[in-house]
Amino acid sequence: MKDERPDKRTDWEKGTEPALTPLGTPPEPPVRPREGDIIHTAPELAVGEADVRSAEMGALEPIKGTSLWKDAWRRLLKNRLAVFGMIVVAIIALASIIGPFIIKATTGFTYDTVPPEMELSKAMPPFRDVNGNFSALHPMGTDILGRDVLSRVLIGGRISLMVGIISTLVSLLIGITYGATSGYLGGRVDNVMMRIVDVLYSLPYMMIVIVLLAFFGGRSPLGQLFLLFIALGAVSWLTMARIVRGQVISLKNQEFVLAARATGVSTAKIIFRHLVPNTLGPVIVYATLTIPQVMLQEAFLSFLGLGVQAPLASWGSLASEGIQNIAIFPWQLIFPGVTMALTLFSLNFLGDGLRDALDPQMRKT
Amino acid sequence: MLRFIIRRLLITIPMVLIIVTLTWGLIRLAPGNFYTGEKRIPPAIVKNIREKYGLDKPWYAQYGKMMWGIVRGDFGDSLTYPGQSVNQILWRSLPVSATLGILAYLLALAVGLTTGTLAALRQNSKLDYASMALAMLGISIPNFVLGPLLVLVFSLTFYWLPPARWNGFPSWNLIMPVLTLSALYMAYIARLTRSGMLEVLRADYVRTARAKGLSEKQVIFRHVMRGGLLPVISFSGPALAYLITGTVVVEQIFALPGLGNYFLNANFARDEPLIIGIVAFLAILILVFNLLVDIAYALIDPRIRY
Repeated sequence: MKDERPDKRTDWEKGTEPALTPLGTPPEPPVRPREGDIIHTAPELAVGEADVRSAEMGALEPIKGTSLWKDAWRRLLKNRLAVFGMIVVAIIALASIIGPFIIKATTGFTYDTVPPEMELSKAMPPFRDVNGNFSALHPMGTDILGRDVLSRVLIGGRISLMVGIISTLVSLLIGITYGATSGYLGGRVDNVMMRIVDVLYSLPYMMIVIVLLAFFGGRSPLGQLFLLFIALGAVSWLTMARIVRGQVISLKNQEFVLAARATGVSTAKIIFRHLVPNTLGPVIVYATLTIPQVMLQEAFLSFLGLGVQAPLASWGSLASEGIQNIAIFPWQLIFPGVTMALTLFSLNFLGDGLRDALDPQMRKT
Repeated sequence: MLRFIIRRLLITIPMVLIIVTLTWGLIRLAPGNFYTGEKRIPPAIVKNIREKYGLDKPWYAQYGKMMWGIVRGDFGDSLTYPGQSVNQILWRSLPVSATLGILAYLLALAVGLTTGTLAALRQNSKLDYASMALAMLGISIPNFVLGPLLVLVFSLTFYWLPPARWNGFPSWNLIMPVLTLSALYMAYIARLTRSGMLEVLRADYVRTARAKGLSEKQVIFRHVMRGGLLPVISFSGPALAYLITGTVVVEQIFALPGLGNYFLNANFARDEPLIIGIVAFLAILILVFNLLVDIAYALIDPRIRY
């Protein structure tokens, strides 16, 4: 039976407000007497809050609770831009994963197939064959070596998305460990650790990444990818550390932590088993927003010739190949560039939507 | 306040030393040297080169020499531009990058603040949605896509603007690089201004200002603007660091002889003094700029005291 009574509980009591916000300690839930509450003047005689509540609830039908995640999901689906972002990202990711196989099966082109009879001066425009007639063989045209641009864009998407996701995971690992440790230990340790983050914030770290890649990169395409994961992950964990620290500080004095400590759980276990899982909401939101940033940095390094190396391709390296012939073969830049912009656009909308859904306090409406 | 400034300036020195040491360590740990290229050099010449640049001395002597040079503001001679000191190259390329960066930031401030403020004042209007969608686009389009597209349209199709090269300060050549560089900051500043202003518009002290009978204009300019600007100001610190990385790409696209271009070439050529010179110079610049941001913060927000 559906409960028709107006829900008088505050958002805090309903649990629709997350316990924590990415900005740090949330305001305390307001404590105010409900109708019929006896205000005790002698606290030691007071009946526990829970007793009062269960006594009250006992008389009524139990209200069906929704979990934070279910609620957030519902809110996310209401946000049209976020849904649009989610669909576009899903399509592009799916196309990057299975697209190259389909192209190979139907037309026989892979991202590095160079047709033997290709005239070098004649890259084909989209939907044209060598003689300029309509042909669906290359929907995005070919590059100067006659390679199919569509399959190169899809392979590039694979690498770009992979770098984005793995580097974000690396940054999560560092940021969560650092932030949670700093927040939980508190005091002087916290002070020093956060001062270090402040210092790192203001350094031109991309220049160090450029130096690192220029001097250590270029051995092998796979080694280069690995170096990219580490380098990009290592420079994008700062904000994550701050967010997690704020969360942990507001959580660490709660009863469940005290209970864990009282039963003799080790500090590391308290941090990673009890505190970190509770910071997941803001962490997911920020991770979604980190992926496009990291992808942008990867593309920027690849564009400069320091990132992904041939024969592998990413959107950045495709754009840097495309820019060399922009006057005659503009599609070689436009297709990877626009695909990348569309992906980042969608990821940003998705991230914003997730933030609004998981954290209504942050919503600027 | 004065004590705060002095303390911050004192912190700056070890930080510059740390970042320089880190860069130097990276360069030294990497195998190879600037003279190990495709060309095979006779050992006698290698010996001469090593002697000339002091590479035959132990590492701590070289490190000490470099550090002493930095303390005196002398970064030594470039290895790939013979006969030119790093300082000469810095002073030649800095005006290019600085012009680009300053113009781009001013443009971003002007456009970003205006649209952000208008969007906040007319929240949930069409203007608000349109400008925020545009801002999202600005954040999402990489500058190496935007720049070439502008070239494609304005230079290669309409022949309105020159596609590349440096041509002094007031010149048509500057329009596209500045636009390319500032798009991202415009978008960020518009978003920051909007969210900052929205927060302040609901603050108690704004209600108080209205309650005591100030005109709407006075409320906006005297009270809301001040609070709404704070996030923009704190963004200006990191923005400088981003601007520098952004210029590397923009200088590549438009073939401008700025710091970023020299930095990239120095990396490919393994020109150690030039790399270290540029890194140290920019680190100092960024740290001093961050200090200025903190001071501006205190001046604008009466709640902050150092």
